[in-house]
Amino acid sequence: MVDSVKQPGRLQPAPENFLSEEQIQAVGAGRRDFLRKGLFAAGAAVAAPLAARASEGDPAILKLPEWTTTLGQPVAVRPYGLPSKYEAGVIRRESPGLTRVGGASVSFTPLQSLFGIITPSGLHFERHHQGWHDIDPSRHRLMINGSDPDFVKKPKVYTMDDIMRLPPVSRIHFIECGANTGLEWGNVAVPTVQYTHGMLSCSEFTGVPLKTLLDDCGVDYKRARFVLAEGADGSSMTRTIPMEMVENGEVMVAYGQNGEMLRPENGYPLRLVVPGVQGVSWVKWLRRIEVGDKPYATKDEAVHYIDLMPDGLHRQYTSVQECKSVINTPSGGQQLLEKGFFNVSGIAWSGRGKITRVDVSVDGGINWQTARLEGPIQNKALTRFNTNWVWDGKPAILQSRAIDDTGYVQPTYSQLRAVRGTKSIYHNNAIQSWKVAESGEVSNVQVL
Amino acid sequence: MSRFSKSILVLALFGASTATFAFDNFKGVGRQATPAEIKAWDIDVRPDFKGLPKGSGNVDRGQELFEEKCASCHGTFGESNEVFTPLIGGTTKDDIKTGRVKGLSSGDLPQRTTFTKVATVSTVFDYIQRAMPWTAPKSLPPDEVYAILAYMLNLAEIVPADFTLSDKNIAEVQKLMPNRYGMTTDHGMWPGAPAKKGGMGNGGIPDVKNVACVKNCKSEVKIGSSLPDYARNAHGNLAEQNRTFGPVRGVNTAGDSAPAKPAAASPALELAQKSGCMACHGINNKIVGPGYNEIQARYKDQPDAETRLVAKVKAGGQGVWGAVPMPPNSHLSDADLKTLVQWIMSGAK
Repeated sequence: MVDSVKQPGRLQPAPENFLSEEQIQAVGAGRRDFLRKGLFAAGAAVAAPLAARASEGDPAILKLPEWTTTLGQPVAVRPYGLPSKYEAGVIRRESPGLTRVGGASVSFTPLQSLFGIITPSGLHFERHHQGWHDIDPSRHRLMINGSDPDFVKKPKVYTMDDIMRLPPVSRIHFIECGANTGLEWGNVAVPTVQYTHGMLSCSEFTGVPLKTLLDDCGVDYKRARFVLAEGADGSSMTRTIPMEMVENGEVMVAYGQNGEMLRPENGYPLRLVVPGVQGVSWVKWLRRIEVGDKPYATKDEAVHYIDLMPDGLHRQYTSVQECKSVINTPSGGQQLLEKGFFNVSGIAWSGRGKITRVDVSVDGGINWQTARLEGPIQNKALTRFNTNWVWDGKPAILQSRAIDDTGYVQPTYSQLRAVRGTKSIYHNNAIQSWKVAESGEVSNVQVL
Repeated sequence: MSRFSKSILVLALFGASTATFAFDNFKGVGRQATPAEIKAWDIDVRPDFKGLPKGSGNVDRGQELFEEKCASCHGTFGESNEVFTPLIGGTTKDDIKTGRVKGLSSGDLPQRTTFTKVATVSTVFDYIQRAMPWTAPKSLPPDEVYAILAYMLNLAEIVPADFTLSDKNIAEVQKLMPNRYGMTTDHGMWPGAPAKKGGMGNGGIPDVKNVACVKNCKSEVKIGSSLPDYARNAHGNLAEQNRTFGPVRGVNTAGDSAPAKPAAASPALELAQKSGCMACHGINNKIVGPGYNEIQARYKDQPDAETRLVAKVKAGGQGVWGAVPMPPNSHLSDADLKTLVQWIMSGAK
């Protein structure tokens, strides 16, 4: 793909990007005569489209707007800052008809409008099992005990004061619901990336490695190979976590999210962070950790979050979110305004490690080109990719395909369904396709 | 200066030495849990019944409790699909014999119910005990949990109508669970140790493989599915769900005569949604309970309607609108109850 595109009518950033390597060297060598020529050409190109609007120029420039000619608002009008009023459409949304009870439901992150890799805390997706509460941190407790008293030398209770005294770590990780993209296993069902992939967020979490606390209680790691995490909400959600993930230091008991405390909807004041594992295991409002010698077959690992296979068996304890990616600009339900240059941008992630490569196709997967990965590329975190594309006005199908550091390549729908059928609900990591029509309208399609 | 560096060095050494001595490492942080505290919170019940409280309950008592506390969401026979997916149905006598629900592979099931999926009876006990009823979790003592579970097992035709379930015989019931052999952990998506090392699964080997082909990877593009036209605006006007500047716009799916944005929701409507009322009542339609328009119509000419309705919503009730009972709503304050009732009686707008 070409790195710079000739765009009549558009002003290019100057001067660094305006000059080629050779030209910069030429300037350095004392030759400047071509610059006049170059600047004149750029000026002419800018003037052309403006002439159509007004003979003298753009009214947005010529007529000074009120924000340039009046006094603005003082500090602390909004002691806690809010987005611009022009961003009112960038909000979490429910998918109509998906659930019938708001307390056991989902709201989706508006991925179509987000940049980079960090999800603003107010836009982090929600999934509650029995509603959310705003818990009083002074009355919140974390208990650590064993399924057998022998497994823990000293079962302990920690207050938030205790936990926040301990040496913390801060790490960026994605969290994805196991049912993300679950609506699309059988066929296309929803129009935009908010609903196809919006049970996905990524934050910097701050907290204490769970191992620090288990060490402090004197856990018998030889016999206690499973961890049960339990929430303090009405559902007291429980999930089984492997001790190996605790021992390697990855699992953490987090109170911070993007530099502030967790939001109540995301588990304030304490939640478990289980990097790479589906969101249901990141137990919110965490009140108890039990270590034991067997898995627990809790409701959310024996009735829900089990993957139905074509032979009628359910896969139980499926936890890892396998390598996946999606283009969010442009994406379903959006409209390209004109032909020409577009930056195709998306996110990639893997529950097994780091993203090493993302390929993008604009022809439905016949040919692929490697996209630019934007740093930082981190373990079990969203990774942003970008690639240049010139839309020629003809129909196109945009796809992205991510590869992680285990060498795993994100599969197609045909490959996934050949093994898992269409009824598993969970863990759909197929390549997403967005069809661009001649009208410029982008829509959700599935390429087999 | 040299003394300063030395003290840093000492500190560093101290840090390194304590790191290896992990147990009870952080002086003054946390305290020992008391046995009573552990008993209060350690309520989980494992598939091997570790953690199961002593107690018992029979099917008849279970039916009474179910009708009182569960039927408003789940239906009298656990069959309701109105609020949550059904609990009961889809299993056969033959499934109880084989331990595999045949409908899961034959495609005969219109919908998976709890009992078509769950392999472990401990799971159901644990969940009822920790999370039910919906608006009053953890309010059921063990004997009531046993009774309700006994009733559900009877509905699923796993135990007879005169059955009494207890901590003594629950292991025998496990041997009759219709989908008891229906789970597999033979997959690569358990992030811990593999089965051969005491964990589960195959140690992370993926079941689906793709290769990163780059050029001429296939001869044609087959589109298997597209968004149906009727689904184009099922999620509202997409133009309002995208920015109005930048490289793209949202598609206007509201048509040319796009309706104005709905007025801001009323605080009372928000309260009704937040309090779980809308799960059972629609504004203009019956769901499990009557629509608010029906309630208003019935009570509008009664001078004491407000007082009576506040009391009814608070205490719950049965019979006025049919057999399905309304659960008590003791989680709502009197002020909130009044707000809700006034809102309903003024047309729920």
